[in-house]
Amino acid sequence: MNITVRVWRQKNADDKGKMVTYGLEDVSEHMSFLEMLDVLNEQLTLSDDDPIAFDHDCREGICGACGVVINGIAHGPEVTTTCQLHMRSFEDGAVIDIEPWRAGAFPVVKDLVVDRSAFDRVIQAGGYISAPTGSAPDAHAVPVPKDDADHAFDAATCIGCGACVAACPNGSAMLFTAAKITHLGLLPQGQPERESRVIGMIEQHDHEGFGGCTNIGECTSACPKGIPLDTISQLNRDLLGALAHGKS
Amino acid sequence: MAVSGLVMLGYLLVHMYGNLKFFQGRETFDSYLHDTLPHMFYPYLPEGGMLWIIRVLLLAAVVVHAYAAVTLWRRNRAAAGYVGGTRYHSKHNRTGIQRSYASFTMRWGGVVLLLFIIGHVAQMMPNWLSPGGASDSKYERTVNGFEIWWVVLLYTIGLLAVGFHLWHGFWSALTTLGQNYSPTRRDSTWTRIAIGISVLLTAGFLSVPFAIFFFGAGS
Amino acid sequence: MTSNVSEQFHATGADIHDTRAPSGPIERRWDDHKFNTLLVNPANRRKLSVIVVGTGLAGASAAATLGEAGYKVKSFCYQDSPRRAHSIAAQGGINAAKNYRNDGDSIYRLFYDTVKGGDFRARESNVYRLAQVSVNIIDQCVAQGVPFAREYGGLLDNRSFGGVQVSRTFYARGQTGQQLLIGAYQALERQIAAGTVEMNTRHEMLELIMVDDKARGVIVRDMVSGEIQTHTADAVVLATGGYGNVFFLSTNAMGCNVTATWRAHRKGAYFANPCYTQIHPTCIPVSGDYQSKLTLMSESLRNDGRIWVPKVGGDDRLPSDIPEDERDYYLERIYPAFGNLVPRDIASRAAKYQCDDGRGVGPGGLGVYLDFADAISRLGRAEVEAKYGNLFDMYAQITGENPYEQPMRIYPAVHYTMGGLWVDYDLQSNLTGLFVAGEANFSEHGANRLGASALMQGLADGYFVLPYTLANYLADGPYEKVDDDHPEVVAARQAVEDRIAKFLAINGNRTVDSFHKELGQIMWDYCGMERTEEGLTKAIGLIRDLKDEFWSNVKVAGVNEELNQTLERAGRVADFFELGELMCIDALNRRESCGGHFRAESQTEDGEALRNDDDFAYVSAWEFGDEPTLHKEPLDYEYVEMKSRSYK
Ligand SMILES: Cc1cc2nc3c(=O)[nH]c(=O)nc-3n(C[C@H](O)[C@H](O)[C@H](O)COP(=O)(O)OP(=O)(O)OC[C@H]3O[C@@H](n4cnc5c(N)ncnc54)[C@H](O)[C@@H]3O)c2cc1C
Ligand code: HEM
Ligand code: HEM
Ligand code: SF4
Ligand code: F3S
Ligand code: FES
Repeated sequence: MNITVRVWRQKNADDKGKMVTYGLEDVSEHMSFLEMLDVLNEQLTLSDDDPIAFDHDCREGICGACGVVINGIAHGPEVTTTCQLHMRSFEDGAVIDIEPWRAGAFPVVKDLVVDRSAFDRVIQAGGYISAPTGSAPDAHAVPVPKDDADHAFDAATCIGCGACVAACPNGSAMLFTAAKITHLGLLPQGQPERESRVIGMIEQHDHEGFGGCTNIGECTSACPKGIPLDTISQLNRDLLGALAHGKS
Repeated sequence: MAVSGLVMLGYLLVHMYGNLKFFQGRETFDSYLHDTLPHMFYPYLPEGGMLWIIRVLLLAAVVVHAYAAVTLWRRNRAAAGYVGGTRYHSKHNRTGIQRSYASFTMRWGGVVLLLFIIGHVAQMMPNWLSPGGASDSKYERTVNGFEIWWVVLLYTIGLLAVGFHLWHGFWSALTTLGQNYSPTRRDSTWTRIAIGISVLLTAGFLSVPFAIFFFGAGS
Repeated sequence: MTSNVSEQFHATGADIHDTRAPSGPIERRWDDHKFNTLLVNPANRRKLSVIVVGTGLAGASAAATLGEAGYKVKSFCYQDSPRRAHSIAAQGGINAAKNYRNDGDSIYRLFYDTVKGGDFRARESNVYRLAQVSVNIIDQCVAQGVPFAREYGGLLDNRSFGGVQVSRTFYARGQTGQQLLIGAYQALERQIAAGTVEMNTRHEMLELIMVDDKARGVIVRDMVSGEIQTHTADAVVLATGGYGNVFFLSTNAMGCNVTATWRAHRKGAYFANPCYTQIHPTCIPVSGDYQSKLTLMSESLRNDGRIWVPKVGGDDRLPSDIPEDERDYYLERIYPAFGNLVPRDIASRAAKYQCDDGRGVGPGGLGVYLDFADAISRLGRAEVEAKYGNLFDMYAQITGENPYEQPMRIYPAVHYTMGGLWVDYDLQSNLTGLFVAGEANFSEHGANRLGASALMQGLADGYFVLPYTLANYLADGPYEKVDDDHPEVVAARQAVEDRIAKFLAINGNRTVDSFHKELGQIMWDYCGMERTEEGLTKAIGLIRDLKDEFWSNVKVAGVNEELNQTLERAGRVADFFELGELMCIDALNRRESCGGHFRAESQTEDGEALRNDDDFAYVSAWEFGDEPTLHKEPLDYEYVEMKSRSYK
């Protein structure tokens, strides 16, 4: 198949940036989306053009490194990561718009690469259980109901890709934050720090310049791991509870 | 935001109930407005006491709500990381994956609401601006007003705004208060109830002006 | 022993002995050793600094634990977040000798299975220690909130993995590595918040700094600004993962590289057993020349799937249309006892032979069928879906084919590298002050790693071994401060800058990837599943020529002072050339078949791997030089009797 891509090109954080159009011939439908970009980059390199920078690593949908907005949708038409998207999802002759995540808290580094370090700082603000190495009791000391363990796991599958922020009209990272709050909050080990965790993470979330959640629900629909929207309500419950106990 | 919104919503429900008394004729409507309401909890509260409490409460709610709205609006626009006026340059999927139309109208819809309320209160409360002729009977005033097409039109706009605003607002408020237990927005019970409430209110409120304008009720 | 053709390519030096390996009863060795290690007074720890390169299971757990202990830690990774290290991709699970199943598992049995599984090419003391601490790993992870699979009673679930008879594998659905790494990552972020660890993401290590014969720091490139930075400390830990990407196509992440360890090797660190490569039988085959990586599908598929190829090659009927009597279920035919469940290397090689004989299926004839038709009719689609649903979906997602209707196509792919920098019992390389953990060291897996043991090793090294052995080294510190204008530092910086300048100056007309792909093909053809004297000798020549062309004809676009992903890849590929050559030399030298290394010349008449314990029961530790020098570390087995395996 032959396709045309319109890609956001931006030399560096200070550059203004613009959409640039490139054509690609006989693209195989079995190519992954990123392999299509690889092929394009080989062309660009040989024609003394600057290859397009994009983040990626595992190409298995698990590391969370990849992620671009394709035709206005984070990670593109299928509910999966950009690296797991294949060209068979597009028609022959299609014109495909490729843009970086847009969010105040995710400044563009170059082309399609953005700086997502804000996520790490949100985790630093409480997204963990304090369990000093070597201090742990036997793993069977505290049984955990299967349902809780399973739900915690579902929330814990977040890969930190940032699609929720890119999809949210408010640039809010509430789903990412809620996923961690839910994961740790459902486990007995997570209880002692439950209230300080939600307060700390929300403060950092706002401090990083992520927007406020107005419950639009785009995040969940764009999330490649299907992190459910009720995690956000879970977060709000924890938050109200914490505030009620005078934490802040 | 959520709380102030819900307070106003609460008022609207009562308010609509009141308005529907219109159909029981002038006496009921007027006595409800001129006697019942002002004498709520009388003699525990002075005449009109309850009303004033409500008014203060409402005023507070609107102010808080509008203030919160504007700050949130500002913050979220910055957070969305616009480049040159637009966020994503792609012309495709502008309306996202599952967004409700209502969710787009919250901000400007809210502004419309604000203007509507100001105008409306000015008309209904004292005898200030009274399209179609002033009168001490609020029944009269209502009728006079709603015999004029542009008044009805303005109200229709205002009420559609209310409808849309609550369609998203009601669901949103409950989620903000931690009450959503469904994995997506669309299949949440609250979303359905929200739509229900919005339709009910819009229809309920509109019934009065339409009745007057189209079916000449009350004249 | 007859003279070895490999000797035309290398010299042979003195044998080495792990001077730190304790003696005495094996079950007491680690405790005794810990008791004898020096301790560091908490008040002094703040004055002692450690550089940890890598934030995978090994690096993150080490950095977090050392930070927690109070040392001044600097951590580095090339991704934009420590959470993206390649450990995240591990699927199957992690072993631990908990014996929660009460099925006769024990520390000793895990030790025994690992030594045997490694085909008797690992160190007994190290393996025993690994089995011992495996127990604490699970406790630690649960305490961190790792959501392992549980049973209705609320206790942890186990599965059996990789051809062992006991159920000792703990798992979190198909994402065990992710959950373990997130646990370690959160522990690391907690220390970053506490100020004990300084995190440097998007920083790639390009050189090791040696001062007075001690590892004292690293030269890194800020991948966003291109700035070349110097970081010094009292000790350096490399936890930079495996080098499977030398084959270009592998199940490794795109960024996995050998650069960190290779730079250390060039500075004198021995590289051990480079030729031990694990090739995984159940991966999704290549679909075209644009292919950038291969995807692994869990081995568990072989429990119910039947592997076959058409009896006559070039049969292009739909597989479902090929009648039973025209199919060859070759594993069941050749290995009646184990059938489709033979170990990884045997299954992989068997598939290769089928394809070599032209009976392969799919694009390029590089694939065999993995058929669930019988399983579906036996168990019903529902149950198959329950068991393998996510894997089937993944397959459909990638190939666009429906595995419930047509059999899957699978082919072996490079998956794990047992080789790595040589380390002693303390995980210290032959360079003082340079410690190596995780897949980056030559590890406890000998010539072949058991499933679910790499995660165990990474966390064992980081949480429970390094913190002791490193403290023992640091106890003599702090060492004399090294400033940025120290001649060694300046030289190291200069070397890095010159190399980058060189890449950018060549401006030839071939892309970095085209070289990498060609190198990978050479490695796969001659140093892959089956190795021969002739092939390896040929490969060495090919690699040298290709390397020369690379240095004269590669095209690296852009400049250094920006995010330049081509420049990053160029540096990695340049090191892969040198590694590839050493792998071939190592494979040429080892004229036996063991674990992940199969020499066609060394097999039984019915094609079984034939080990040669008399001549090759040693670790090959290579010293860098114009021609590499081989140092042998003899391996002796006091506890497990050397046996050769048979799966007939
Ligand atoms: C698809 C797949 C599935 C697997 N499944 C299993 C399984 O089920 N069970 C099991 O036990 N094992 C499994 N393994 C093996 C296991 O995942 C790895 O061996 C293990 O995770 C390696 O961990 P590590 O910490 O040593 O290195 P990694 O996790 O690879 O981390 C390497 C780190 O080093 C950093 N780094 C590398 N080079 C540089 C440099 N030059 N400069 C700066 N930083 C650098 C990277 O940024 C990264 O942070 C699997 C492997 C693969 C590929
Ligand atoms: C005074 C004029 C008003 C303005 C400017 C206004 C504006 C807004 C805005 C901007 C939001 C934020 C939600 C979003 O952006 O999606 C909002 C939410 C809401 N509004 Fe209003 N609104 C007004 C009046 C009202 C009235 C009269 C009601 C009730 C009848 C109401 C009920 C709500 C509710 C329930 C919410 C949801 C709160 C939440 O998201 O937690 N609003 N409004
Ligand atoms: C057609 C629809 C409506 C009719 C016929 C109507 C009628 C009235 C009347 C008769 C009054 C005077 C009541 C009194 O004196 O106590 C009134 C007051 C008021 N109405 Fe409405 N109304 C309508 C819709 C609305 C809507 C949609 C809103 C808000 C979004 C609203 C908000 C108010 C407020 C705030 C007051 C002042 C209440 C007070 O302070 O006592 N009304 N309305
Ligand atoms: S919540 Fe979903 S979309 Fe957001 S970061 Fe996690 S995985 Fe990505
Ligand atoms: S889309 Fe945004 S508004 Fe909230 S529900 Fe999701 S974060
Ligand atoms: S590259 Fe790892 S998730 Fe896409």
